[in-house]
Amino acid sequence: MMDRPLKSRETIAWGFAGLGCFLGVWTLLTVSGLVPRQFLPTPLDVVARIIELLTTPFAGATLPQHLASSFGRYIVGVSLAALVGIPTGLLMGWFRLLDDILAPIFEALRFIAPIAWVPFAALWFGTGIGGPVMIIFAGAFPPCLINAYRGARFVDPRLIEASRMLGTSHLRTIVEILLPASVPSIVAGLRVAAGLGWQSLVGAELIVAATGVGFMMVQAQANVSTPTVMAGMIAIGAAGMLIDVLLRQGEALILRRRGLGP
Amino acid sequence: MGSIRFDNVSKVFGRNSAGIKALDDINLEIAEKEFVAIVGPSGCGKTTCLRIVAGFEQPTSGTVSVSGKVVTEPGPERAVVFQHFALFPWKTVRQNLDLGLRNKKLAKPQRDDLIAGALRLMNLESHADAFPHQLSGGMQQRVAIARAYVLDPEVLLMDEPFGALDAQTRVAMQEELVRLTRVNPRTVLFITHSVEEAVYLADRVVIMTRRPGRIKEVLDIKSKRNAENWNLFQKIEDVMDQESFIHLRTHVWRSLREEKPDTTT
Repeated sequence: MMDRPLKSRETIAWGFAGLGCFLGVWTLLTVSGLVPRQFLPTPLDVVARIIELLTTPFAGATLPQHLASSFGRYIVGVSLAALVGIPTGLLMGWFRLLDDILAPIFEALRFIAPIAWVPFAALWFGTGIGGPVMIIFAGAFPPCLINAYRGARFVDPRLIEASRMLGTSHLRTIVEILLPASVPSIVAGLRVAAGLGWQSLVGAELIVAATGVGFMMVQAQANVSTPTVMAGMIAIGAAGMLIDVLLRQGEALILRRRGLGP
Repeated sequence: MGSIRFDNVSKVFGRNSAGIKALDDINLEIAEKEFVAIVGPSGCGKTTCLRIVAGFEQPTSGTVSVSGKVVTEPGPERAVVFQHFALFPWKTVRQNLDLGLRNKKLAKPQRDDLIAGALRLMNLESHADAFPHQLSGGMQQRVAIARAYVLDPEVLLMDEPFGALDAQTRVAMQEELVRLTRVNPRTVLFITHSVEEAVYLADRVVIMTRRPGRIKEVLDIKSKRNAENWNLFQKIEDVMDQESFIHLRTHVWRSLREEKPDTTT
C-alpha cells in the first residue's frame, strides 16, 4: 500500500534493514547448524572466500579476472544486440512491408530460450568468446528490437507529419525523429536486455566457456566448494545491479534533458 | 506561384458505404498572397480541407492544386503551422528551424543566414539555443511559425494555430501575424473557430456548413478593411471597436447560428 511517499533517506534505511534481516536469517540458519555448512556456507565464509578470490586464482584466474572476461563477452554481446536490434526495430516500425515480412520470424524466434542455442553456439562459434556472445545476443536482442519497434510505432503522429511537411527523407526521419522519440522506450528495452543478457551469459558460461564467473562456478561445483559458488553468485548479482544503476542514471539524464524527468 | 485551388473536393472517411462524409463538393480558389480563413462548426471538415492541401489526406474525389500542381503528398512548399506546435522536443529552436533547410540541401552559411532572419522576424533571437520545453506556449508557436517561414513556402497552412494559447497570448500572436503578413505577404489558409480572429486576420472568410462540410458563404473582408482603414489601428481591440468590424462579425455569427447544433454526436 502506497499511503505516503517515503523520503529517499528512509527508503535507503529500509533497504538496509531488509538486507540486514536477510543476512541475519542466513547466519542463524547456518551457524545454528540447522543447515549443514556444506549445503549453505555462512555469510562470513562467503565474504572470506570473496576476499581470498580477489588475489588467489581459482579455475585458472582470480575473481576479478573471471569477471573481466565475463564483462568482455557481455559488452560485445549486448552491444551487438543493440546495434542490430535497435535499427531493425526502427525500420520495422517505419516500413510496414518490412514489419510484415520479419514479424512472424521474429515472433517465433523470441520464444526460444537463449540457453537453447548452446549446442549451435558451441558448434558455430566455439567456447572462446564467440559461443557465449551468441547466447548473450540471443537473450538481449528481442527486448532491443521490440522496444525500438514500439517506440517507433508510438511516435506522436503530429511529429511525423511535421517531419514530412519539412520534406525529410526516410533515412533522416528514422535517425532524427524516430530514434530520438523512441529513446525512452529503447533505454527501457536496453535495461531489460542488460538483465537478460547478463543472465544468459552466466548460463552460457556454465556450459560453453573456459573462463568467466559462470565457468568458475561450475568448477567450484565440481570441487564442492559452495563458498566459491556463492561468491560467484554475489559477484553476478552485484555486477548486474551496477549495470542497471548505470543504465537508470542514463535514462534519467535523457528524460531530464527533454524536460520530462524530475 | 502560391495559389490554392479546390476542384469538386469531397472526402469520405471510412468505407464508402458506411463512411462519414466530411467534405462535400468544395470549390474554392485562393489567389497568390491572399489570406483566407475558414470558419465553421466543429467537425465541419475545415481542418480536413487544410490537411488535404498539406498532403496529409487525399480527397475521395476531386483535386486540390497549389500553384497549378495537384497535391499528392506533403512538401516544404506547403508549410504547416500546427495547433499543438509539433516542435521536435530533442532539437533546439535553431535545430528545429534547420531541419527543413538541411532537407533542401542548402549550404551551412546560407542556412545560418536564413535562420537568423527568421529568428529576428519572430523576435526569437535570444532563444535560438533553447529547447522547446523551456519556452512558453506563445514562444513555441512563434518557433513553429518561424520554422514554416524559413522554408520560404508558396503557401502557409495554419490549423487553429492559436487555439492552444491563453487569451492574452492569443491576441499578441494575432497582432504579430498581421504585422508578419504585411512585412512578408504569403498565401495563407487559416483554420479557426474564432469568428473575431477570422474577421480580424483574413482577406476573405469562408463559412462552412455542418457535416458534410460545404461552403456556405464567402465573405470579402479586405475591401471593407481598406475602405474603413483598419490598418491605421495598431491594436486588435481598436479594430474590433469599428462599426464595420462589428457588422461583419455579426454577419458571420448569424450565418454560423443557422447551422443547427449537431445533436447526433
